[in-house]
Amino acid sequence: MEITSLTVHETQAILRSKQVSPKEVIETLGRRIELVDPSIHGYLSYDLNRAVSEARNADVRLPLGGVPISIKDVINVKGHPCGCASKILQGYIAPYDATVIAKLRAAGAIPFGRVNMDEFAMGSSTENSAFGPSRNPWDTTRTPGGSSGGSAAVVAADEAFAALGSDTGGSIRQPAALCGCVGLKPTYGRVSRFGLVAFASSLDQIGPITKDVMDAALLMNIIAGADPCDSTSLDEPVPDFTANLEKGIKGLKVGLPKEYFIEGLDPKVAKTVRAAVEHLQSLGAEVIEISLPHTEHALSTYYIIAPAEASANLARFDGVRYGFRAKEVSGLLDHYGRTREEGFGPEVKRRIILGTYVLSSGYYDAYYLRAQKVRTLIRRDFATAFEQVDAIVCPTSPTPAFKLGERTSDPLSMYLADIFTLAANMAGICGISIPCGFLEEEGKQLPVGLQILGPELNESTVLQVAYAYEQSTDWHKMKPSPQD
Amino acid sequence: MSSTNFDVEYVAELARIKLTPVEIKTFQSQLGHVLEHVEKLNAVDVSQVEPMAHSFQIYNVFREDEPREGLDREIALSNAPRQAQGLFIVTKVVE
Repeated sequence: MEITSLTVHETQAILRSKQVSPKEVIETLGRRIELVDPSIHGYLSYDLNRAVSEARNADVRLPLGGVPISIKDVINVKGHPCGCASKILQGYIAPYDATVIAKLRAAGAIPFGRVNMDEFAMGSSTENSAFGPSRNPWDTTRTPGGSSGGSAAVVAADEAFAALGSDTGGSIRQPAALCGCVGLKPTYGRVSRFGLVAFASSLDQIGPITKDVMDAALLMNIIAGADPCDSTSLDEPVPDFTANLEKGIKGLKVGLPKEYFIEGLDPKVAKTVRAAVEHLQSLGAEVIEISLPHTEHALSTYYIIAPAEASANLARFDGVRYGFRAKEVSGLLDHYGRTREEGFGPEVKRRIILGTYVLSSGYYDAYYLRAQKVRTLIRRDFATAFEQVDAIVCPTSPTPAFKLGERTSDPLSMYLADIFTLAANMAGICGISIPCGFLEEEGKQLPVGLQILGPELNESTVLQVAYAYEQSTDWHKMKPSPQD
Repeated sequence: MSSTNFDVEYVAELARIKLTPVEIKTFQSQLGHVLEHVEKLNAVDVSQVEPMAHSFQIYNVFREDEPREGLDREIALSNAPRQAQGLFIVTKVVE
């Protein structure tokens, strides 16, 4: 068996027993990327020599000693490019490590490569990358989802052992579902955002995309925790996220929200998810129908709040301190206007304009303030539901992976790709997507994701349900053949 | 709220983004659709609801006001498109 097909914990085991060296692991990974990435385009760049030299000093006794972890192009890794898949950050080299990277390094991991994404994490397919889309390893005519589509694609195609992504409205869970990986969005504040290029600061979270649930728990053990550099990070004890995995789910109450089984949900996805829910029942979980009445408003709320925050965050890209600057400008306003015209892609421009509008004088109350109030209602829905149940299960995405180009001309249809994932970000709760089956489209097997949501700070419960499901099924062991 | 007052050209100017005539036309129509969609929120009764500023109960976070290592000036300037003598060069502001 190829080393690259292993999970993080399996790789650790063979590193510790000295069956392979960290250097061999990196070199094997490099060969796999050379073989597969031309069909996937998951990596924007990687520096094999640097990784090999870091591997020479790796201490395999550390929790992630010698294991390369691939990094979404939105997280600063000192000395590596950090471009957010945007032209406006061309040539930018990160001058410091994000807190999650410092923690990975302290745990012995080797931050590896820059994986593709939608520009500034705005999108659901990686088609907004300034450097071209990534392709889904299960069918390379389809998108891997987004915005962390590169992260999910490289993990699914065994071009990475695991990856870090970021999730603002579903950007970890949706691509994980579409590529057949595990993707965890932690509770807002559970993981430091220091060094993550900000998109929507009240929604963004960094999380792992992995080959199995154990790996997601192991990575959470490393990256979670309060950080003096991020005042929104939560000063709460960090449990051992692997502790509950083996406990099973007998007697756990699992809620099935009726608002998630609606028109627009692909019938084959619905069938697959319902079968997964029955499987949870057979493992001893009690399934209860619940209601999250404000679900239908999550999308509208999100598309006010996220662009509003983005318009403020992306004001820093002015062509002065870093990145791209337009040539031969006629004055300061022309400098700003043309730098941002030439540097940003269409979706980023759309969202900045939308955000600027909803925050502009005379419209703030009507849009932004109203949306923040609806957000309170969405949060209350979840709080009420979690009085009855330990976790909520639903589809991660209403459809399987869609065709490249299918939705690019209609932003609203692209936004609908995140309709089942947005609400967790609005409420600040945690959630995971795990593979729960396949459906066939045009002769190709496409993965379907099961989303498990938990109350804030209850990642352990979410992982417990995910692990019980995964260990009694084989979906996570299926591998695509991206070169065919 | 009303999307009929939405003028993409004016808002783009506020956001300091130049747009081509084609972009103005496309964005006006695309964002018009998005604004129509979000107007559904008008139907929600929010009269007794507080806005949510943060998804978690979090209060002011303080730390000791002690000097810490920051970025070295050379490193801070290393990504600038134009710099000289330890300074960022900005496009001329005053005439």
